Amino acid sequence: MGLFILRRIGVMALTALCLTFIVFYLTNLYPNLEKLAKTLGNNRMTDEQVASWLDRNGYGEPLLVRYGEWLGVVPGWTLEDAETGEITGRCIDFETPAEEAPRFCGVLQGDLGYSTVSDDEVASIVGGRLLLTGKLMFWAFAIMVPAALLVGVLAGMREGSRTDRSLSTFAIATTATPEYVSGVIFIVLLASSQAGLSPLLNSWGWIDSPTLFLGSSRSAMTDATFWNFTLPVMTIALYGMGYIARMTRASMAEVMTAQYIRTARLKGVSFRNIVVKHALRNALIAPFTVIMLQFPWLLTGVVIVETLFNYNGFGWTLVQAASNNDIELLLTCSIVAVLVVLVTQLISDIGYVFLNPRIRIS
Amino acid sequence: MEALTWTGLLGPILNPLMLAAFTVFMIAFVSNLGLALAGIRPAEVEVSLDGTVTLAKTPSDYALMTMKYATLIFVVCILLYVLQGIFVPGLEQKGILGAMAQRFLPVWIALIVLFTISAIFRERLGLYGKLFESPVGLIGFGLVMFWVFTAIFANYIGTHPPLEQIPALRNQNGPPGSALPAGTEGYPFYLLGGDNLGRDVFSRMVLGAADVLTIAPLATLFAFMVGITLGLPAGYLGGRIDTVLTFVANLVLAFPVLLLFFLLVTPEIVAAGIPVYMAAVLFLFPIIFFVVLFNSRFHTRPPTRNLLVAITLVIGAWAYLSILSDPNSDVVNFMPAVLDVVPMDGNLLIVFVSVVFVNSPTVFRIVRGITLDVQTRDYVAAAQTRGEGPWYIMLWEILPNARGPLIVDFCLRIGYTTILLGTLGFFGLGVSPESPDWGSTINEGRRLLTLAPHPALAPALALMSLVLGLNLLADGLREESLKD
Repeated sequence: MGLFILRRIGVMALTALCLTFIVFYLTNLYPNLEKLAKTLGNNRMTDEQVASWLDRNGYGEPLLVRYGEWLGVVPGWTLEDAETGEITGRCIDFETPAEEAPRFCGVLQGDLGYSTVSDDEVASIVGGRLLLTGKLMFWAFAIMVPAALLVGVLAGMREGSRTDRSLSTFAIATTATPEYVSGVIFIVLLASSQAGLSPLLNSWGWIDSPTLFLGSSRSAMTDATFWNFTLPVMTIALYGMGYIARMTRASMAEVMTAQYIRTARLKGVSFRNIVVKHALRNALIAPFTVIMLQFPWLLTGVVIVETLFNYNGFGWTLVQAASNNDIELLLTCSIVAVLVVLVTQLISDIGYVFLNPRIRIS
Repeated sequence: MEALTWTGLLGPILNPLMLAAFTVFMIAFVSNLGLALAGIRPAEVEVSLDGTVTLAKTPSDYALMTMKYATLIFVVCILLYVLQGIFVPGLEQKGILGAMAQRFLPVWIALIVLFTISAIFRERLGLYGKLFESPVGLIGFGLVMFWVFTAIFANYIGTHPPLEQIPALRNQNGPPGSALPAGTEGYPFYLLGGDNLGRDVFSRMVLGAADVLTIAPLATLFAFMVGITLGLPAGYLGGRIDTVLTFVANLVLAFPVLLLFFLLVTPEIVAAGIPVYMAAVLFLFPIIFFVVLFNSRFHTRPPTRNLLVAITLVIGAWAYLSILSDPNSDVVNFMPAVLDVVPMDGNLLIVFVSVVFVNSPTVFRIVRGITLDVQTRDYVAAAQTRGEGPWYIMLWEILPNARGPLIVDFCLRIGYTTILLGTLGFFGLGVSPESPDWGSTINEGRRLLTLAPHPALAPALALMSLVLGLNLLADGLREESLKD
């Protein structure tokens, strides 16, 4: 078991290394750097000026060396100006003069770089944004997982029944509704003062505000309430729910045909007790893996929902960084995203082995 | 001219009826739910000792019956609206629903013809014929074919050109059924209203279907070619090939999809030519697939083999080069315009490549898994004993026997690709800013969502119904193929 985990972590580290290198390569292509030079320097620079600007700012070195610097395994570049004698370098800035600057400053040392657009340390930007997204994710999971398990178990306990067919169709319908569709429908139906339910409810006097829910969640960043946070949470939860529900249903249906369930039935155990005491525990092993693997999916969902509802979390930051050519912010965002995917995969693998005693990895 | 009403002539009669049917349905549904929670279940047939059969109806049965009839009335009302649209003269009498039903006339005819012919010959149609025994699959198939025929007849169905703007209607976001200003030629109404730029929402939705339904199935097909060509050897040969390919597939799968899209679509990366290089690699796979397919089967008959391989290579190379060559680009414009049969402009190519790239690893994993399972069968052992080559066994023994799960996954994956395309459009990374494809239209419409919902709602519902249809179809196919 220990060896299995070690090997998985090794593969994970290798994957993370490859992926960050690809992102590094794609964000550091010459046209990107040229654009960066022109935004930071002067928009009318000639090609030679761009090249010399890049050289002066440490972008002239070979790609692999710069990747090593960014990672923190190669010493950061330093450059002495021939005329003024001023030393500039990767690890040198206003607060740390050249004499005190460390030799290495990369991701491994905890230095994530500097966002050129927001004019702030990347670490402080991403940290706050991740917290906001964490809040969104937490509530989405808190709604999605119990609802999905309930639907799946109810559908799977009597395979082929009317309940099963209607719940399965519902589950299929939710997987067919991506976030940007369900979000739009929710806003029109519940958060528009012109259409949907809100004008109706308002004229009946059931709600005081003009809309039932708020279509923009900007205020939920500081103070999340039922009114401004329900729609984004529901939108994320709905799309992920169907898939977990279908997996739970399949797993439950399989367990219900097992020998020990038949034995329990013949013993005269009531149907309710069979489901709750005998079937449920075994049926929930497979959904656990699926739930963990939903994290990466939710990441895409979070980006869409945060853009649609104007919630400035991690997903919104990623979109901004990508469209503004904010290289170091984008790199950090991609590490976070890749890590989330890999860590959840690892947890799902290990958890599966722990939960299912039939699998033994030697 | 006055704006159209939703329901036209029959509206005053049918609308209250539909509302009543809906209310009755909801009451029956809730009471059925309550009864189920209280432990009252529908009656089951009981055989008594003297051989008579009794069925004592419970309240739950009556609730279910009510639900059935309420649904029936609802469906009949909708059908009447469609018939009203086709047979009642005059747009004002037809109403918006009727007028739309009339525009979709070619689709209705095509659907009726298709379903009649398929139902007659269903005994001989294999898996497709069996679909007619699964109601869920049939509904899904109906939805999918509706959009397929809409895409085919898009030019006859749309009332206005998708890019035509009427200046007087700009910033109006005219509601559904609004009349065009007097003196405008052509169709006198915007059936589903106008968008912010004064374009017709209905026509854009219809022509968007044509866009979506050409890109999504083609991209899925390419992803399948890539996935199959790599997945078969990974599963069958195993060893180092398997390790490397699986690692690469996991690498792509661990990559957050949206980040990849953003990286690939940024102008700077396009300028560096990355998407074109990726296309150059990915589009090689279909050619390799067909060459190996024919070669492995016919290598004992050189004349046939040579002919088939030559045809594949000529057509393949021509299509390959003309897809890669872009008349608007300075970098990769090497084909003379006469020969450039597939006018794929740069942006479309990028969208296509990203979608294929994201989908192929999943297909690879599925194909590899099935191959691992199928290769233990006796017919594979028989082929090995006969001395067949590995590629023959993979492509002519394993692949045909893996078709069931692959067809089901193909349907699901078209739906997933449609969602991905929509996502791209939603972030403004779509085919072109003006394109009527659904994702881009939703993106344009969402800014004014709370004021004018119709420009975003129409494509959103269209996309949902298409993907729902594909998922239901896949579910029905899976169910029917498991029955054997």
